[in-house]
Amino acid sequence: MAQEPEERKPEEQGPRPPGDTGALPVVTPVRVVVALCLAAPFAAMLWVSSYARVEPRLIGIPFFYWYQMAWVVLSTILTMAAYQLWHREQRARKAARPERSAQSERSAKGGAAK
Amino acid sequence: MKDGVNGVALAVFLFFFLAVTVMGFLAARWRRAENEHSLDEWGLGGRSFGTWITWFLLGGDLYTAYTFVAVPAAVYAAGAAGFFAVPYTILVYPLIFTFLPRLWSVSHKHGYVTTSDFVRGRFGSKGLSLAVAVTGLLATMPYIALQLVGIQAVLDVMGIGGGESTHWFVKDLPLLIAFGVLAAYTYSSGLRAPALIAFVKDTLIYLVIAVAIIYIPIKLGGFGAIFDAAGDAFAQKNPATGQPRGALVPGEMGQWGYATLALGSALALFMYPHSITATLSSRSRDVIRRNTTILPLYSLMLGLLALLGFMAIAAGVKVTNGQLAIPQLFEDMFPDWFAGIAFAAIGIGALVPAAIMSIAAANLFTRNIYKDFIKPDATPAQETKVSKLVSLLVKVGALVFVLTMDKTVAINFQLLGGIWILQTFPALVGGLFTRWFHRWALLGGWAVGMVYGTAAAYGVASPTQKHFGGSSAEIPGIGEIGYIGLTAFVLNALVTVVLTFVLRAVKAPDGVDETQPSDYTADAGDPGVATELPELVEGPEAENGQRGPSKAPA
Repeated sequence: MAQEPEERKPEEQGPRPPGDTGALPVVTPVRVVVALCLAAPFAAMLWVSSYARVEPRLIGIPFFYWYQMAWVVLSTILTMAAYQLWHREQRARKAARPERSAQSERSAKGGAAK
Repeated sequence: MKDGVNGVALAVFLFFFLAVTVMGFLAARWRRAENEHSLDEWGLGGRSFGTWITWFLLGGDLYTAYTFVAVPAAVYAAGAAGFFAVPYTILVYPLIFTFLPRLWSVSHKHGYVTTSDFVRGRFGSKGLSLAVAVTGLLATMPYIALQLVGIQAVLDVMGIGGGESTHWFVKDLPLLIAFGVLAAYTYSSGLRAPALIAFVKDTLIYLVIAVAIIYIPIKLGGFGAIFDAAGDAFAQKNPATGQPRGALVPGEMGQWGYATLALGSALALFMYPHSITATLSSRSRDVIRRNTTILPLYSLMLGLLALLGFMAIAAGVKVTNGQLAIPQLFEDMFPDWFAGIAFAAIGIGALVPAAIMSIAAANLFTRNIYKDFIKPDATPAQETKVSKLVSLLVKVGALVFVLTMDKTVAINFQLLGGIWILQTFPALVGGLFTRWFHRWALLGGWAVGMVYGTAAAYGVASPTQKHFGGSSAEIPGIGEIGYIGLTAFVLNALVTVVLTFVLRAVKAPDGVDETQPSDYTADAGDPGVATELPELVEGPEAENGQRGPSKAPA
């Protein structure tokens, strides 16, 4: 059972990122966007001097505090976007896979029916 | 401070406490499986929890009573510096989005219960696995003890903590009872108890925060007035040090410390055994990813909670022990009955994580010390029995710790625990993505990080303490003040990389890797993954693992 995938797609062996068994390359535009979504909070939060000030206040709360609270919401939205994109890409990859199987062993139907 | 026992608040507190006690015992029957005498059942709730239960469980686990007391207390004491908890929890979720699903998959495939199980399987090294297990135990124990400190703070403010002159037994009796009850239902119900109680805890917490964040500012004249009062208070110089007490925003000097503390803590959080226990109890890979998108709700709550520290200053709460600031604010501001609910929220907030932490510590001991080194042929029933007993011992240990030693000892150890646990990051997260690191190199890096971190923390003095006065020190080579844990982690990673090159060059034995690349992307429903699980909605949409076995060979 361990060597069967090797037979099917010999040209794809070697260590690869998670879930990357499809026909698409390892780095795709979607994956770059996912990475950016996940990296953005780090850039924003670790750059402390960009938000270490009191003004402008929001309902009396200094900028320093409401800005970081706003980032809680923003980072959540970004993580959700990353989740959706990732999901969609996984499906795309799965859809792309039977074709590849077909190339190597002409059993696209067997692969799709599972 | 009102004198004597606050009767109404106490009655409300007791009501909720009794309610969760009953729930805790009944939890054993909740979603019970056929084979209840396995560690998977007792210690991971049968690995069956869906998105919402996992959310409550993780929330109950990560945002503890100590957090509720300590974060606003830090803000009350020093202002901006204490707010680092917010960026810290913001950074946690994008981070775990990347590696936690892989840990879930490989753990389900191979039946791993702890992180050390994984490290042993991946690197074929009992020594490295033991290092990870011991680090986890060391870091968890003081954390449990601090949950007691959280309960104590509430009991003190309610007036049943007793004064300094009271006999120690009378003084500590309420705490002993609370922990006796906790120990009993954890023993009988396992992880199901905290999972169920977490519902009550979070409902109460959200209610209290929502009310506090609206009601208290109205009473104090709005946020503008609150922050003005806090700004004035922080500007006053401490007569002992000649420094201002704190600041509303971190100055030039404090920014490195702020950022490194947030990053280091975020990296460390999911190295803690109890976080992993709650993660592995979820039933699919997707539950975890989905949770990273809804867990930030807790971060929002934490941010609001931190603001309570400023309200305590503006309300003129004066306490010598900062831990009491928030309970005292509640008692001063709220009517008695609602103060009771707030105290119940904090008290129950201590019980949930204490239960999960003791289960996590017990799993670590059973799997990675008892089974690996003492009794390799232990049956699942024996494992479960040992785990249950150890969970009791761990709690008794924490209790003795709190009752016999000064509170600052627990806090010092907790601080050290955070530095220590971060040193397991290269082995765990590194191992999830690559097998390139050499097992001995990881062990070497870990040792260097542990020694450096401990020594550096020992050398930090504060106005009140000669050693372990804080978690920040000068970063060698950069000259800024930063979080010791992160510096130690960088050192650890460097040593690991260098040693790996050396060990690979001399062809040191690499150890056997029992995992396959496809194990890291397997999802529930895939062949070989936890077949005893109930049917899953996510099955067909599962991530694209290699499904070779299900196809007939050509």
